[in-house]
This record gives sequence, structure tokens and C-alpha cells, in this order.
Amino acid sequence: MAFQKLKVALVAAATMSSVVGVGLFASSNAANASTMVNWAKVTHLTKTGPTSMTALVKAAKKEGKLNVIALPPNWANYGQLISGFHAKYGIKVNSENPNGSSAQEVTALTTDKGRSIAPDVIDVGTSYALTAKSSGLLAPYRVSTWSEIPAALKDAKGYWFDDYGGYVAIGCNSATVKCPTSFAQMLSAKSSSGYKIGLNDSPLNSNSALAGVIAAAVANHGSLSNVAPGVRYFAKLNANGTFVPIIANAATVQSGATNIVIWWDYLQASGISPSVKTWKVVVPSDAAVGEYYSQAISSSAPNPAAARLWEEYLYSVTGQNLWLKGEARPVELAYMQAHHQANAAWLAKLPAIPAGANSMFPTTAQIAAAATVVTNSWATKVGAG
Amino acid sequence: MNPLIFDGDMAVGGAGASASAPPTAGVVTRPSRRALRRVGFPILAMSPFVIFTFIGLGIPVLAVIDHAFRTEKGHLTTANLRVVSHGVYRLGFENSIKLSLIESILPGILGVFLAYAILTSSHGWLRPLVTTASGVLANFGGINLTFMFIASLGSTGVLTVWLKSVHLDPWNYGFNLYTFYGVAFVYMYFQIPLMVLVITPALGALRTSWREAAQNMGASNWQYWRHVGVPVLLPSILGAMLLLFGSAFAAYATAQSLTGGIIALSPIQIGNLMNGNVLSGQVNVGYAIGLGMLVVLTVTMVLYGLVRRRASKWLQ
Amino acid sequence: MASVSIPGEYAFVDANFGDSPPVPATQRRRRVRWWRGVVLLVAGAYFFLPIYAGLKFTFQDIYGKFSFQAVKNLPTAPGFHDAFWLSMRLGLITVAVSAVLLVPTSIYVRLRLPRLRPLLEFVTILPIVIPPIILILGVLGSAPLWAKSSPYLLSFEYVILSMPFVYRSLDAGLSAIDLKTLVEASRSLGGSWVQTIWRVVLPNMRPALLSAMVLTLALVLGEYTMALLDGWNTIPVWIAQFNTASDGHIQVAASMIGLVGTWIILTVIVSLDRSGTRRSRRRVRTIQTTKEQ
Repeated sequence: MAFQKLKVALVAAATMSSVVGVGLFASSNAANASTMVNWAKVTHLTKTGPTSMTALVKAAKKEGKLNVIALPPNWANYGQLISGFHAKYGIKVNSENPNGSSAQEVTALTTDKGRSIAPDVIDVGTSYALTAKSSGLLAPYRVSTWSEIPAALKDAKGYWFDDYGGYVAIGCNSATVKCPTSFAQMLSAKSSSGYKIGLNDSPLNSNSALAGVIAAAVANHGSLSNVAPGVRYFAKLNANGTFVPIIANAATVQSGATNIVIWWDYLQASGISPSVKTWKVVVPSDAAVGEYYSQAISSSAPNPAAARLWEEYLYSVTGQNLWLKGEARPVELAYMQAHHQANAAWLAKLPAIPAGANSMFPTTAQIAAAATVVTNSWATKVGAG
Repeated sequence: MNPLIFDGDMAVGGAGASASAPPTAGVVTRPSRRALRRVGFPILAMSPFVIFTFIGLGIPVLAVIDHAFRTEKGHLTTANLRVVSHGVYRLGFENSIKLSLIESILPGILGVFLAYAILTSSHGWLRPLVTTASGVLANFGGINLTFMFIASLGSTGVLTVWLKSVHLDPWNYGFNLYTFYGVAFVYMYFQIPLMVLVITPALGALRTSWREAAQNMGASNWQYWRHVGVPVLLPSILGAMLLLFGSAFAAYATAQSLTGGIIALSPIQIGNLMNGNVLSGQVNVGYAIGLGMLVVLTVTMVLYGLVRRRASKWLQ
Repeated sequence: MASVSIPGEYAFVDANFGDSPPVPATQRRRRVRWWRGVVLLVAGAYFFLPIYAGLKFTFQDIYGKFSFQAVKNLPTAPGFHDAFWLSMRLGLITVAVSAVLLVPTSIYVRLRLPRLRPLLEFVTILPIVIPPIILILGVLGSAPLWAKSSPYLLSFEYVILSMPFVYRSLDAGLSAIDLKTLVEASRSLGGSWVQTIWRVVLPNMRPALLSAMVLTLALVLGEYTMALLDGWNTIPVWIAQFNTASDGHIQVAASMIGLVGTWIILTVIVSLDRSGTRRSRRRVRTIQTTKEQ
């Protein structure tokens, strides 16, 4: 009988302790709920709770590192963005293959999958973001300032979103040649004018060079959907002897091989202006063609919290202004200007859009179509000159 | 002596395989074991090389052929082949072949003369200097080479400026680096050293005794070369020209940086598809171009083999 | 050798490096002298002019004045350090793997399977005929993910790329020595296979081995296409893509230093070895003459 009572007592004690244990376990779980959040599946932040900004910062700091790819330090001031992020949150940023192309970024998402050095975020031409999305490589995420991004410049579900952009600009060495301000002026110049016009790369290979051809088309009775006049334009330049088909950069300008370069305005500012003191950059008066690049988060990011925190940082006022400092136009610029958040000094340094010029932004479909036309006709039209 | 025969104390490695007693000494070794050793060991010894080469060379080539016949999603197709046999890709093949032919014959001939001039020079220091320089320059190219040429012969280049001052501006006389022939001119910078590198040993094998014998028999310089020198050298020269063809056919970065795509060349087109920022999602067309290049090179090698057999007939 | 034979048609580097052919008779020299001078002059101009132009640009600052600024700023340029060490690592590993793979193979084939030599020559010439751009295409389309994530995949392929030069060099070196005799002598004196190869054969192949390594190193340090498409920042790739930095002088300085530096290293290595070559050849001849006695 006593033994039976002991058994009951033991069972009761066991039950009680397990109930208490479960209770403790549950409550400690509730307290640590934020560490149980799968950040890879979080699509936007909430004001409070386990997916708030505070929780994100904590989780990102716990991850401790961020893998970025193909971000040259002097491209749109990424150098300062990276160091600013590191200074603010103490998270180490690993910058892989700084001079890589958009194609290599998307390839890296596949080849590095599962490894700790896989990229967390990518910054690519929009058509590459679309390709990556259709291959299931991206995770949707909407930053806190989502509503400030124009609708046309983001994927509705948040798989990709534009970050910064610029206009096709004519850069010129004012010390050696009289600077043209439009495509028409460059076309009418004979070789005796001393013009040596270069593109920053082949338009078959480079987004910015292709945009240059599209801009030339717009300035010559073509349009964003009709790039053939642009190809004919460069053919005529070549025939005039004013086009230099090499890869134009600081070295070619400094050596005098090219004295006019058609390139993104912000890349001319960081790539040529610092070492060529007489370099002037203007947006052509007969074509204001711009393009934005796109951000996206990898669906297999090794550091999903840090990735999301990075995006929050980039789309904060600080981040957007740092892009502005790099003379690129941040995607939220219109909102920031309306709300007096844009840094006035840096805003003033941007090349002005000429009065009366219609700002145009080709869609990815138009860019793809232009790429096809240029690929098929560049060698035969321009090269035959 | 048949090198595959198990040979006394020349036995190649292996525990127990060093039995110095010849096989007939009393013990009858089973034929299959001997045959196994005869065949097994060579296979084992050659396997690292074979495996390495198969993985590093064979599989990639097979992969190129395979991908050329597939769509981006992986289904079998001949669409890629159709795309590359028309339009600008076909132009690319034509230009590449034309360029490579020029760049195998011209630097080939010039290289022979240069190599011979160096070999017969009385300045002994010239030869090692040129050989090392050839080794370096044969691997040089790309954007570095382009810049050097622009800095020397571009419209504001060092030589151009100097020539302008004596009113002999080559650009006014039709000289243009940024054309097909401009590219050919620049290519010679690494093609000629490659030829020198390859042909020097063969030239060195031309025995002076032959030269002296010919002279003793009253042959003139021209006759010596026509009947002795050139026929002996011809197989080597043709072999070297095949290498030059391959090297020019494969060159990528130099033409890309010099002409930015205004001249259609197959390697550049592959690069644009594989590594560009503009044409996404057409990678398998690049593989089809690669397949086309392999076909051209195979045909060239076969032709070379035929010509070489004829040229070396007299040596047999 | 009684018959006329032309050693190693494709011997890329003459193993007997330092010896020029016997000086021809005086009257022949006078006849060829003038055209040889012309050829050398034109060739010299064609090859040196671009180098001079490149060097001139290297030693200029952004205002066009003479300056060492570009050269001084090069080691601290962003990405240079990593690219340099990557190229060095790839070069050394390629040389090592190449030697370990091809030296035993070429010795074995020479000794035991001479009938395979033409086949081997054909296989090792394929990497020259197959363009690197196609090779890397195939590698990217077939290599497993774990391999593509490592830069040493490039090393693996560089061994293939350098095979023509390395094999030819080794083969020429083996042709120049009497391999069979050496090995027989060493083995009959009681040497093991390892000792024979390490202490007898290899020292006699030293010039060939050295030129093979040096050509491989030059190849790896200059190879651009495969490294670019595989996405690794080796020195040639870094130089080409450094255009996003704003000073062209640094970019050109890197390429000129690479060119001149590689050439100096090669020349030094090869010159240092010339004395060694003569010594070892005397050794070989001694063995042969004593054998005849």
C-alpha cells in the first residue's frame, strides 16, 4: 500500500515537473522567438515583434557577415556604402570579384550555392534580374521605404527593385577639343574637328554602350523601340573618321586616343574626371536616355538577415544619399526631393537634364530588342565603314 | 627489342615483379599472369596522364558538343546550329578564318626569316635574349597590347606624332589600326614570336655539314635552299603554321579591345554571349559557335596532315 | 646516329640552349650580313616601339610630366595584392602538377612504349589547336559545382594548356641524352628506380625541365581568356578590368611591369642555367666515353 502511494506520488511529481518543464520551455521559446525566425522567408519588416527592424539588426549582427559581388568601390560610391554599413552595424562585408559582370553575378548564384561565400545580394542589369527570377534564384523582399520606389521600377512582389541609375552622357576633354553638347553636333563634325569619340565598351557586351546606341537612335528619328538609326549613326561617325572603336577609359583619354566618351554620367564622374581635370560631362540635349540597375536578394543567401539589413540600409535616406554622392541618381530621388531629404550639395553636382529634353527609360523588353538588333547589325553596318 | 617484354632487372617497379630469373627457369608462369603484367603495368603507368587529359580536355570538348545541341532548358535541338550558320555569326566564322589564314602564312614566313637571322648572327647574346622575349611575347596580348599600339601608332601615338612633324602622317595615307587589317597588323606582335619559338629548333637542326657538302658540289645559295633547306624544313614550317592558325583563331581579347565588336570574329561573339552584360539567356548559341570553331580546326588539322605527309615523303 | 633525323619536329625550346651552331665560313657570313641586318632592324623597330610607348606612358603622371607615381601606387591599388598572389599560386601549382604528371610519363614512354610517342605528340598538341575559349566553355558546362567554386580548376586547365610546351621540352631534353644507357648504367650499379630518376635522369634533363617550367609560368601569368570567363581575378584580368579606377597610368604600369618583369625573370633563370648545362653535358659525355673503353 505504501508502495502504491509512492508510485502515485512519483508519477504526480514526474507529471508536474514535465508540465513545469514544458511551461518553462515554452516561455523561453516565446522570449527567443526572434531567433527562431527564418529570415530567408521574411518578405517585409513589421513595426514590432519578431520581424521588426530591431530584431533584424540583432539577427544580422549575429550572422556577422555579408557577401556582395561585382561592386567596384568607385562605382556609384559603393566603397563608402560598404564602409558605412560596416561602421554602422559592425558587419563584415566580403566583396567578391569587384569587376565582375552581371552575367557572372547570376552564374555565381548557381555555382556558389550552399557555400558560405555565395553572394547574398546582387546588383545587375534589370534583364539579368528577370532571368534570375525565372530561374528561381531570388527571394522576394520589400524594403521599409517600398512605397517611395516608383511602381515601374520594381517587381510587384519584390523579387527585384531598381536601386540607382544615370543618363547616357557625353564626356569631353575641354582642354583639347571644343566640347559637343548633342549627338547632332558630333555627327556634323568632320575629322578635322579633332573629335575622337569612344564608347566605354562594345555595345554587344556592355549595358552602358548599348544605352549609348539607343540614345543615338532617339536623337536621330528613332525611338526606344527602334534602335537601327543609332547603329547607322555610329556607322556615319566611323565613316567620318571621328569614331574610335576601342574600349575608351581613363587610359585612352589620358593618352589622347579618345577625347570624347559616351558613358553613364556617374561612371564618367568616378572613372575619368578624377584624373583628367579638364573633363566635362553633359547630358545630350537631343536625347536624355537613362537606365536603372536592380537589386535582388538571393533565395539561398547564406546570411539572409544581413542581406535584408543591407537592403534596408541602401534604401534609407543615408544609403540613397551616398549613391547621390557617387553622382548616380537614387531610385527614390523624386520622393526625397519632394520631402527635402536629398543632400543639396550632391544634388547640385549632377549633370543637368537639358531643358526640353524628355527623360526616357527603356524597358527590359526594349533593351532586349535593341540588343538583338545591334548584335546582328553592328559589325556589318559600322565595321563596313 | 620489344619494350613491352618483361626484361630481367630492367623490371619496372612492383613488388615481386623484379624476379631476375628468366621465365623458363623451371617455374612455368601462367600465360595470363604474364600477359596481365605485360599489359597491366603500362596501363597503370599511363593512367594518370590519360585520366588527367580526358577530364581536362576530353570532357570539356564533349560538353561543348553536347551543349551546342541543347536549348537553354536542356532539350535537344538544332536551332543553335541554324542560328550560327547565318547572319552575323556566319560572318564571324568567315572573318576568323580569313584572319587566321593571313596570320599563319605571313608571320610564318617572316618568323622563319627572323629566326634564321638570329640563329646565324655572330652576336651570341642575341639568341637567348630573343628566345626568352619570344616566350613572353607569344603569351602577350589583349588590352595591354592594344594600348601599346594605340600609344605608338594611334592618331596621337608616339611614332605618329613624330611622322606628322615630317608631314608623313600614316593615318592620312589610309593607315587605320581599327580595321580588319589593323587587327592583322597587331596580331603579328604575338604570332611572329610564336613562330620564332617553334621554328628555331628545327632551323638549328639544319646541319652545316649539309650546307658545306652542297657548296662543295658547286650548288649556289639558291639551289641549296631550293633542294635541301626548304624541303627539309617544310614539315616543321607547316606544323608551325598550323599552330599559328590555331593561335590566331583563338585570340580573343586583342581584337575585342581594339575594335569593340565592329569586326565580327567568332571568339568575340562567344565572349559576348557567355560573359556579357547585354544578351542574357543565349549561352548555348555560344556553345554552337564553339562547335563551329572545333569543326574548322579539325578540318585544318586534317588538311595539314595531308600536306605534311606529301611534304615529308622524301624523308622516308 | 647514322641516319639523317630531325630531332623533335615540334621541340619548342632547344634544350641545348646556350650553344649556337658552328660559325659558318667567312665568305658566307658576308653574303648574308646585309639582309640579316635589315630583318633584325625592322623586327626590332616593330617590337620595341610599342614597348617604348607603353613605358613612356607608365612613367608619366596625370599632368604628363615624368614621374614614378604610377609605379609607386601600383602595389596599393585596390585588388592588386589579391590578384598578384592568386596568379602566383596558380602559376606554382600548375608548374608542380605539370612536372609531376609529365616527367614520369615522358620518361616511361621513352623507355618502355616508344611506339606510343607519335600518339602522345598528337594528344599533347591538341591543347594548342583547341582554343582556350572553347576549353573554358566546355569546362563551365561540365565541371561540378564544387570544382567551379575553386580557382584551382584554372590550374587544372592550365596544366592542359601548357602540355604542348612542357611535353615537347621534356621530349627534346630526353632526346638529347642517352636515356637507355643512363638508366641501364644506374640500375646495374644497384640504384633503385627512384634513385635513378631523381639523381641520374632528372639532373640531365635540367635545362629542358627548366625551360618547360619557365614557359608554363609565362603562360599562366599571361593567360586572360579562361580566367576572365571563369570569373577569377588573376593579374591579367585585374589589369584589363582596372579601367573602373580613374588613373590609366596605373593600369598601363601594371601591364608593362608584368611584361618586362616576366622577361627579366625568364632571362635570369635561363642564363643562370647555361653554365649548369655545360657541366652536365660534360658528365654525360664522360659516361659515354668511359663506356666505350
